[in-house]
Amino acid sequence: MVYKIDADEDRKYVEEFRRLPIGEHSPGLQRVLNIMRLDRGGIQYILVCRKRFEEYVIGRMPPDRSDPIEIEDDKVFATREEAEWEMFCRRWREHTGESINRPFKDE
Amino acid sequence: MLKIVGYPDRFSVAPGETINFKISVEEGDGFDARMVRVVHGDCNPEGPGLKFVHVPTNADGRHPGKVQRIDAGSFMRVDGFPALAAAPFTFVTMLWPTLLKRDDQTLLCQWDAASGSGIRIGVAAGGRVEVTFADNGALSTVVTDRAMLEREWYSLVVGVDPANRQVTIDQRPLVPYAQTGDSFSGTFTLDVAPPAIEAPLFLAGCPMADGTVGRHFDGKIDGPALLSGLHAPAVHDALLRRPLDPTLATHVIARWDFSRDIRSLRCVDIGASGRDGVLVNLPTRGMKGWNWTGEEHSWSKKPEHYGAVHFHSDDVYDAGWETSVSVEIPADLRSGPYALHVSCGESDGEATREDYLAFFVRPPRDRKARVNRPKVVFLAPTCSYIAYANHAEHITARGVEVLMNRMVNFGHSDLYMYEHPELGGSLYDTHADGSGVAYSSRLRPILNFTAQYHSWLGGHGSAVYQYNADTHFFDWLEHQGIDYDVITDEDLHEEGLELLNGYQVVMTGTHPEYHSTRMWDAMKAWIDRGGRLMYMGGNGWYWRVAFHDELPGAIELRRAEDGIRPWIAEPGEYFHSFNGEYGGLWRRIGRAPNVMAGVGFIAQGFDISSYYRRAPDADNPRAAFIFEGVPDEIIGDFGLVGGGAAGIELDCITRELGSPPNMLRLASSEGHSAMMLLVNEEFGPVPPNLGGDQNTRVRADLAFGETPAGGAIFATASIAWCGSLSHNHYDNNVSKITANVLRRFLDAEPFAGGET
Ligand SMILES: [Fe+2]
Repeated sequence: MVYKIDADEDRKYVEEFRRLPIGEHSPGLQRVLNIMRLDRGGIQYILVCRKRFEEYVIGRMPPDRSDPIEIEDDKVFATREEAEWEMFCRRWREHTGESINRPFKDE
Repeated sequence: MLKIVGYPDRFSVAPGETINFKISVEEGDGFDARMVRVVHGDCNPEGPGLKFVHVPTNADGRHPGKVQRIDAGSFMRVDGFPALAAAPFTFVTMLWPTLLKRDDQTLLCQWDAASGSGIRIGVAAGGRVEVTFADNGALSTVVTDRAMLEREWYSLVVGVDPANRQVTIDQRPLVPYAQTGDSFSGTFTLDVAPPAIEAPLFLAGCPMADGTVGRHFDGKIDGPALLSGLHAPAVHDALLRRPLDPTLATHVIARWDFSRDIRSLRCVDIGASGRDGVLVNLPTRGMKGWNWTGEEHSWSKKPEHYGAVHFHSDDVYDAGWETSVSVEIPADLRSGPYALHVSCGESDGEATREDYLAFFVRPPRDRKARVNRPKVVFLAPTCSYIAYANHAEHITARGVEVLMNRMVNFGHSDLYMYEHPELGGSLYDTHADGSGVAYSSRLRPILNFTAQYHSWLGGHGSAVYQYNADTHFFDWLEHQGIDYDVITDEDLHEEGLELLNGYQVVMTGTHPEYHSTRMWDAMKAWIDRGGRLMYMGGNGWYWRVAFHDELPGAIELRRAEDGIRPWIAEPGEYFHSFNGEYGGLWRRIGRAPNVMAGVGFIAQGFDISSYYRRAPDADNPRAAFIFEGVPDEIIGDFGLVGGGAAGIELDCITRELGSPPNMLRLASSEGHSAMMLLVNEEFGPVPPNLGGDQNTRVRADLAFGETPAGGAIFATASIAWCGSLSHNHYDNNVSKITANVLRRFLDAEPFAGGET
């Protein structure tokens, strides 16, 4: 049985991910990420780099290569990590119904 | 998006020779060019940044440019074919379709695109056989109502009576299934009679009005034949009988036996008329046919079981573009990595308008002209660059985000690659029909063989892989003031040991994974004669590849039997069509990488890297020269590739696989995450503790050992090693160890072989 992300059980991993989106994760966070990143229906979210090491946006690659990649131009990220956090928040909402109302970096 | 792409006609050029670049400009009518020496191609702001040195040549300045396109898709063509429409005929073949959602696929045609006349037998969307007659633009098509299944063999017999506008189609599966209904037998009358035309005959493709060949077939064709007259479906069985009924033989217009001359592009007509075909764009040969039984796995042992050619609508060998600029390489130019920088404007967030088209300047071809050469040579891993050419698993496969443990990066090059599948895939990709890409060539734009390419693969940070990762090493060599030669894998394959003679040290790239037998033999012979190998990466000497007898720049790989396989060769298809050798892992033919490099592949993980900890052998007096000025316990806990020197792909010493018993384990990496995973050829039953956080075998062994002839092997055993060289202005323990090894390896004093 594939694990189902549980908001109460897994909430402790949200902060762990926010602190370090790319790096070594605890087994619990890694499980959450592996589940979130499971390909459903062949749609792949991608990180579109507009300027190397400067400017990123999120894109959506469709299952069929003859259809175009959709690019979200409105939300620009200065680092990969910021985009990872945005993707994590979206997927958390999708899996748990909850919104994470926290910015990537505390101001 | 990219507004300018291109490729050179060779990867290796000697001083005084000319190298031709084929460029496509998507904007404007020209481009600027200048040749540069490539020093550092990684734009990571944490590192030393881009470094190119202009080399004045005849190419400097502005050149006219235009859009050039690739006409992908493989097919067979027979020139000078008699007009089929002149009399009734029967087409028979076995076929194994693989992509039936595609419409408008051609099995056989004789077609004049200019006048819009001809006959075409093909497959319509969903897998239904169709026949089209055309007379000066007037078309008539009939289609069966019984679809074929993908990846099943069918016997097809199509009787064509052009004058009476009649077609009889007989389609039979070799394996019938219940409740399926994929047989068909029926006769149709068409509205148009095709005129007799003089035109080449095509299999698996059709000439188009724009001069390209389109309407390709995806799948295998085995034993196609054309017979004069109309015959009952039983003629197919009769044709397969031996000896062939002499009366039937008199009806043979042409009969192609794809099991002949498998190494070549020729399709032998075994009928009496010698109407041989030629294959274009490298469809896959040496493929098992409808009658394969499993009793023999090598096509050279039982060719009659290997009569199939697998055609793909996305096969490509040579883009065949016009030359846009020819560069005369100065006769006195230093050997090394170079590129033609081409640009058609300023790049911005939407588009990149420049490229660095990479190539290498080798030493002079004439041995007598090779005077005062450096003693050290970099073996540019061009087989590995070609194997990875346009690596698009981030497009053709899913699950890459989980494997990379972070979002999948798409730069302008990747967006362009997505929209241009006609660029052709890498040996990691699958064709549109799901079969593996077994051939790759360098005669097409290769978007990841260039400086600045930031890969979706490769460690967090610089995310460089293959060529661009190797520029970390070029930069270090330049910074150290090392004068070195460069030769390529292709040079080594062609010239063998003779090319290595005279060098004392060979340095590899970060990931020299693919080698032909001639390359392996030459390198091993050179080491056994006292050569000193600096293996600067990981997962080297892993896959065996083959070169083609006639086609320069193309290599073949069969992902056979074992190893990290992004696709898996079909049973019975483990032997190279290019040379008949058994393909797959070198390890599976008794030559594990350990035999060559002292270490062999053990683990991979693509996000973050780790460090090495000094091991007891570091204090062995034999290794003293390596650790001169390096008292450190921890080595390489820094770097541009995942933040450490031990990462991406790791190797370790394994005596049982052929690591020499005298290899010193100088240091081993540790602290790897759960995403650094043991490779699958290293276990039988799947263990639950595959990750570096739970498995002690997951580690890179920094290794050194002497050879009996006074030579030596030094192995970094990690792809990430070179990413740490420039840390702290090149003053760090990874850089020092590398410099210490190179200095000693350049000293002519033989290494002690011990007792003799
Ligand atoms: Fe590799």
